[in-house]
Amino acid sequence: MKISYAQGILDAHRYLLANYSEVFVIGQGLWSPWYVGATMTNLDIDFGKDRIIDTPVSELATTGAAVGAAIGGYRPIIVHPRMDFMVLAIDQIVTQAAKWRHMFGGESSAPITVRAIINRGGEQGAQHSQALHSWFAHIPGLRVVMPATAKDARDLLIASVLSNDPVMYIDDRWLYEQEQEVEPIIELNLADEGPKILREGNDFTLVGASYTTKLCLDAAIILSEIGISVEVVDLRVLNPLNYEKIIASVQKTGNLCVVDGSWRNCGLAGEVIAGVMECISLSDLKSAPARITLPDAPAPTSKVLEAVYYTKVEDIVSKVQSILNQ
Amino acid sequence: MIQLAELANPAAYQHPLDISFCTKEFLLYQLESMLIIRKSEDIISENFGTGVIKCPCHLGIGQEAIAVGISTQLRKTDRVFGAHRSHAHYLALNRNSFGLFAETLGKYAGSSHGMGGSMHIIDRKNGFWGSVPIVGATVPIATGAALAAKMDGNGDIAVSYFGDGATEEGGVQESFNLAASMKLPVLFICENNLFASHLHIDLRQPTDATIRYAEAHRIKCELVDGNDVIEVSKATERAVEYIRSGFGPYYIEMVTYRWKGHVGNRDDIDVGVQRKDNLLKWKQRDPIRRLTEAMIQQHLLSSEELEILNDKIQSKLNDDWNKALDAEYPKSEALLSLVYA
Ligand SMILES: Cc1ncc(C[n+]2csc(CCOP(=O)(O)OP(=O)(O)O)c2C)c(N)n1
Repeated sequence: MKISYAQGILDAHRYLLANYSEVFVIGQGLWSPWYVGATMTNLDIDFGKDRIIDTPVSELATTGAAVGAAIGGYRPIIVHPRMDFMVLAIDQIVTQAAKWRHMFGGESSAPITVRAIINRGGEQGAQHSQALHSWFAHIPGLRVVMPATAKDARDLLIASVLSNDPVMYIDDRWLYEQEQEVEPIIELNLADEGPKILREGNDFTLVGASYTTKLCLDAAIILSEIGISVEVVDLRVLNPLNYEKIIASVQKTGNLCVVDGSWRNCGLAGEVIAGVMECISLSDLKSAPARITLPDAPAPTSKVLEAVYYTKVEDIVSKVQSILNQ
Repeated sequence: MIQLAELANPAAYQHPLDISFCTKEFLLYQLESMLIIRKSEDIISENFGTGVIKCPCHLGIGQEAIAVGISTQLRKTDRVFGAHRSHAHYLALNRNSFGLFAETLGKYAGSSHGMGGSMHIIDRKNGFWGSVPIVGATVPIATGAALAAKMDGNGDIAVSYFGDGATEEGGVQESFNLAASMKLPVLFICENNLFASHLHIDLRQPTDATIRYAEAHRIKCELVDGNDVIEVSKATERAVEYIRSGFGPYYIEMVTYRWKGHVGNRDDIDVGVQRKDNLLKWKQRDPIRRLTEAMIQQHLLSSEELEILNDKIQSKLNDDWNKALDAEYPKSEALLSLVYA
């Protein structure tokens, strides 16, 4: 059966709502025909407005309400249709939910799933484009998940909601139409999930997350046509981050480039490189590790600047070529 | 509990405006401003529909009287802040359609030099200190601009435009309390168009009148028909005098309706029964028609004069639009050169 990434998210919701009475969804736009794309179509009709709760424009209160309900035994998914809006709710995510288990000595916990949507491009500009996953992956106690494929969009959402920890699940609207062949659902334990090799290769390791994984896969196809064999690692779970597969891949290829869809300074790409470097010997490397990120600037609006701003497949192709040609 | 009652009834308040005691000059000025805003947004709507404009545009067609009535009572050194639906706030202060058009097209000649688009517009020299689309974000900022104005001590005030939806954000409520407790010179304008994106206020708040928040914070307040430019300007005149005299903040709830959907050029009649049923009636409560009918009745304007005025404005706006189409895009250096001072 082939499904799209958006369908994967929808299927996960249906599965969770049908099988777990403690699951409910709360957030802005849930009764709207356009807000969250095709990822929640008709859920309010099929499961009722008591479990699919559209809300006032109150990110902080609704996220806090999800935390409180989670402490009380429910499994809420709190939806932020745009990551930028979620910033208003950070206290509840970072300082409350993520700390709850540890600071109460394991007596209580807040297993919410925060669904944060990256929604950018289309001249939306500085305040409607942010991808802030690196911030959140910095927080102990908060699992951070970023699916790149339709199967993961589905299975990792289910695993996130069933996890006994607070999870931030980040989906990217640029991936919604991506399709993939999938098996029937099997429940995964999020604690066992981590980076995955999506394509094997011997010459070069590309690491991506979410949309940049797709870019890496596309680049790998182009590079294979000119005889360069690229291994693509999809991070999937950013926190806690398991480096094993990435390290093994770099030990095999000797070349590493991490591609991240957000900024450079103190970001995911630098962290992955550092985590790998700590564990390999310099003789494993054939080239200095590299990263491709957004320029350290807010998103512009004008389409001419957007064209420069966002990473394209060709940028990855030429980076790999230039490293190998050195 | 205070309610909007008849003010929220689309079939009410359709009558021509009471324009007694207004000069012809004042009425014409307001009419012109409203027409400029309406027609500018019509151009934006059309070009959004055809894809020439790409950035998200939140149109305020139907709500023009509010910004126009308020702006007549301000001075250039006041500091006005908007939100995502702010074309009217900007145009009522400067009538600079070219600057708006160019910005929506991402051109360097735009109000933010093509870096912001429709959702981030600014014109400091005419008192428009900026608009942003994070709901509620400019309310604390306007409060701070009022604090600075108070420190300056020259009677300038801040104006904070926000929607009914924004009152649901915590930071907005905190700002009301801060402004009230510090007696800050800020005019809070809630444009209550009954909707926040697809949701009617009845689905979001226990009553439809946001003015109760002002009362709770002991902020002097009024409830006004936002489609009556004369009432809007009179209420604003009272508010501005009060604020400039140092008595602290003032809150006016302007009841209105947006004709277009939340974003873009569609009507959004598919988002709830109420909207479908009420849109046509609200169009009858058109702030522009109500003013022109009153002026014609009072022989302050003839239909021919109105037609000439319409044509004059339309052709100026067409020129502005064409000029904006021809304007240059920003240089790619702007991406990095603007990040730090
Ligand atoms: C913090 C934040 N949350 C949500 C949104 C999405 N959003 C944009 S406008 C809007 C509705 C705002 O309604 P209101 O304040 O009444 O203004 P109106 O659109 O009616 O002019 C929403 C929810 C946002 N831009 N920012």
